[in-house]
Amino acid sequence: MSLLLELFITFFKIGLFTIGGGYAMIPLIQQEVVSRGWIDLPLLTDFIGISESTPGPFAVNIATFIGSTSYGLMGALLATIGVVLPSFIIILVIAKYFHQFKDNFYVKKTMRVLRPATLGLVASAVYLIFSASFIHVDYMADSFNIIGAVILAVLFFIRFKFKRIHPVAIIGISAGLGVLLFSLLP
Amino acid sequence: MKKKTYLQLFITFLKIGAFTFGGGYAMIPLIHREVIDTHPWIDEKELLDIFAISQITPGVIAVNAATYIGYKIGRFWGAFFATLGVTVPSFVFIYLISFFLVQFKDILWVEYAFRGIRIGVIVLLVYTVVRLMRVDKINILYIVVITGSFLLATFTELNIIYLLLGAIGIGILYAFLTHGKDRSRPDEEGPEPLREDEIE
Repeated sequence: MSLLLELFITFFKIGLFTIGGGYAMIPLIQQEVVSRGWIDLPLLTDFIGISESTPGPFAVNIATFIGSTSYGLMGALLATIGVVLPSFIIILVIAKYFHQFKDNFYVKKTMRVLRPATLGLVASAVYLIFSASFIHVDYMADSFNIIGAVILAVLFFIRFKFKRIHPVAIIGISAGLGVLLFSLLP
Repeated sequence: MKKKTYLQLFITFLKIGAFTFGGGYAMIPLIHREVIDTHPWIDEKELLDIFAISQITPGVIAVNAATYIGYKIGRFWGAFFATLGVTVPSFVFIYLISFFLVQFKDILWVEYAFRGIRIGVIVLLVYTVVRLMRVDKINILYIVVITGSFLLATFTELNIIYLLLGAIGIGILYAFLTHGKDRSRPDEEGPEPLREDEIE
């Protein structure tokens, strides 16, 4: 089997069996990709860190990266299409038929519970990002945390004071404050 | 559907893909702004429903949500352009840095910028959660579910899938228990009026 086809099929499988978010797929990626020698474990770990600091969904990032490093542009294209395709097909089917059921009494009540459950998960993501940004810092812990808290307070003020501000502006301001204030550290 | 709308959809999701750091949930604030506030394509309840469904179906959450929203707005081609839009920035960026990966990671100011961005993402998500809590009437069940889901996801190793299946179970039970009572109690809906096409 040609490597291109193998890349496509492997990432199609990863896309298909990922349920509940990017990082849930890490064990599967390890199993499928590390065993084929497309990437080694330390580089995969590095990449997970880098993926947090680059735009876009983790699954797409890792597919593009492994595709590119093992077969160049075509590899990147096929791995990326592979990981996206299951989502696309399955959601098309669901979106087509869900509206027929959305007014069903049982579906309505279930969605009524799934909505707060989803918000609870988002809140949990907030907590996890928070503890990764504030707690797990090394020897500079105190000054990092103080600067972090200042940035947090400034951003909260801006976000809640100026309701019309675009989220991209907040991202831009937070990056600017990060560079400005964290480089003040000795 | 007009070609102009497809183009708008593509550009909107290109923007969402380019400025989402950290995957699935981090997209919600941007999507909220772009497809509810800027373009009134869907409402807040639909947004939450789409994310709930995107999590319990196979596939990458961010892609699922983009495909779903695109489909709602422009059927097949809407889904196609939204999905393409959300994927392209990732693809271009990662393809470019795949050649000098190790160097990128070690640039100090990049690291500082991303420390800042992580804090920015926290602020955006808190703001969005606060806004989206207006979608449903907050009763005891709501508080129990949102708190339970937060605690289980944060402090236990419980797989998110089981958590969501549990929520579905509670939903079905809730439906059974309230079945037969007045089905259209007005307090079941959030404070916002229903859109015209939702009123039967």
